[in-house]
Amino acid sequence: MTKILFNISVVSYLAASIAFFVFLVHRRGMLSKSANLMVALGLVFHTLWIAARSSETGHGPYTTTFEMVVFFSWIVVLGYFLVEWRYKIKDLGAFVIPLVFLSLFYSVFLSQAPPGEQSSEMLWMTLHRTLSITGYGAFTVAFAVGLMYLIQEHQVKSKKLGIMYFRMPSLEVLDTLNDKIIAVGFPLFTLGFMTGAIWNMKRDIPFYSWDIGKILPLIIVWLIYGLVFFGRLTIGIRGKKAAQGAVFGFVLVILTYFMHV
Amino acid sequence: MLESNLIMVGVNHKSTPVEIREKLAFSSTKIEESSERLACSDEIVEHIIISTCNRVEIYARVNDQDAGIRSLKQFVADFHNLRYEDLDRFFYSYQDYNAVEHLFRVSSSLDSLVIGESQVLGQVKDAYHQARTLQASGMVLNQLFEKAFTVAKRVREETGISEKGVSISSAAVELARKIFEDLENHSVILVGAGEMAELAAKHLISYGVKTVYVSSRTYERAVKLAETLNGSAVEFSNFANEMHRADIIITSTGSPNFIITKEMIADAIHRRKNKPMFFIDIAVPRDIEPEANDLENVYLYDIDDLQSVVNANMKEREKEAVQAMDIITGEVQKFNNWVDSLSAVPTIVELRNKAEYIRKSELERTLKKIENLNDEDKASIEQMTLAIINKILHHPTIKLKKQTQTEDGHQYLKAIRHLFHLDD
Repeated sequence: MTKILFNISVVSYLAASIAFFVFLVHRRGMLSKSANLMVALGLVFHTLWIAARSSETGHGPYTTTFEMVVFFSWIVVLGYFLVEWRYKIKDLGAFVIPLVFLSLFYSVFLSQAPPGEQSSEMLWMTLHRTLSITGYGAFTVAFAVGLMYLIQEHQVKSKKLGIMYFRMPSLEVLDTLNDKIIAVGFPLFTLGFMTGAIWNMKRDIPFYSWDIGKILPLIIVWLIYGLVFFGRLTIGIRGKKAAQGAVFGFVLVILTYFMHV
Repeated sequence: MLESNLIMVGVNHKSTPVEIREKLAFSSTKIEESSERLACSDEIVEHIIISTCNRVEIYARVNDQDAGIRSLKQFVADFHNLRYEDLDRFFYSYQDYNAVEHLFRVSSSLDSLVIGESQVLGQVKDAYHQARTLQASGMVLNQLFEKAFTVAKRVREETGISEKGVSISSAAVELARKIFEDLENHSVILVGAGEMAELAAKHLISYGVKTVYVSSRTYERAVKLAETLNGSAVEFSNFANEMHRADIIITSTGSPNFIITKEMIADAIHRRKNKPMFFIDIAVPRDIEPEANDLENVYLYDIDDLQSVVNANMKEREKEAVQAMDIITGEVQKFNNWVDSLSAVPTIVELRNKAEYIRKSELERTLKKIENLNDEDKASIEQMTLAIINKILHHPTIKLKKQTQTEDGHQYLKAIRHLFHLDD
């Protein structure tokens, strides 16, 4: 039963991604409407899946890698709808929803076995993982927005105004969005980081045995987003630099993830 | 039987040089006069005259198409005291399907000098409203024009045909709106008081820019222009110091050298904490060092850059026009179906009249023969006859309306008229 819920949502996101891409080229209002409808459909089944899984395991979707990837993509879809509802950026879907599809599709290849032995200090683990995953979700949307910024910036700067020039929103809107999303994502990620440390300490894992290979890239990620976050207020990091930061930070997040799976 | 018999006759900027077009124009009072004259014609059932600086077109429903076209051309010539023979080669004319398509192309601005411009739709609307007030147009043309407006709206909404600016100042505004979202919270400074710069500034103001500074070598000129633009004047010697306050900078001085260097802009950007600046250099020779475009968050367009944007936009509009034609073709088909279904209506009315006539006379005869019927009985018998007629005619009526929208629709009409003896 849960399998069917899962499959329907994956297929919906795929269909939506394709519709968004076609919409980039052929401006038919119907396309973008139906794409959003398909994302909504995907979200409904996605949510049902998470609910079913949680009632099966007795806790939220953050104990196995598989669960976390599914939870992460769920957060991204929520983030997408939030931005779409507030800013009405018609082509954002073409950049965000394929990432949702890819992460869900990737999760199919992960072990879907229910979690084994429960870890101790469940509260701290829950806090650490939900905060971090929500932070990563925000970074994903910031990545898509940053990519759109770089495309639009390139068009205006090079004076070669292609099809994307007309499709993408203004640089100012994309930069404002970058600001707002990172202002949400960075504190969440920071809190996730801190609760992670507390969780480790509560389990009496001494500092020196922490996996430095895992921690170091995360510190770099934290520094990058921190620079974008604080830099805007202090030294005027905005526009292209902020977009580059959001794109580069996200690429590093993905690399870090695959280094440790 | 009612037939649509639509025709149109006209001249436009492609078919006819302006020297001829201006002679053929109908002012609004002339349209009144000519409508009176055309109303007297036996040939023309209803008509609408469109007259703009790029076109003069008359749409009409006539009894005979060839004669109608000929008499419309003759009318235009006579009305303007010109010889038919001299004018004939400038006219184009379309019938039925093609006339409908042509009007849809005109109202959607596919036939305009600048494809996608928005003026023509308003002009066609004015022509239509005037024709309605003069009662020159009737059922078919009214429907045709109403449809033309919906088609234009669809084309505008579903294609990007009028999205892209095709003048220097509109291209500049469009760029400004791709850099800054809301022009309302942004400011512009004019350096030099050239006409083009003023035009661009006015365009920006119409899109919401509220803060305007003007700086010119002669301070009085700056003050004067600032007044007309509702802005404030800035001393020319001081504009470099004030430049960082403006988001959009338009230069158009007659200076032979660059008056704004890359360094000056780098300094301004620094003072603005990297908030983007959009420079529009309309001056020739240029006022701004071109290398400034390499600075981050600086966007510098000179007159040639803007011109190439305009050219690219023109090409885009042409591409969108192809998509627009798909919409138009579909709508022409729909309109034709409507016209065809019209011709079913009189047949259906005749058929019903005939049935009603038979029903009434038979009912009368029967009621006379039967005695001892009270009013209630009579009423229910009458009710029954009505129901029989309605039930028998229900399906043929619906089928006929449907079939007349297909290609062989007229065959059905013919058959019905023949079988029920309607033509005698």
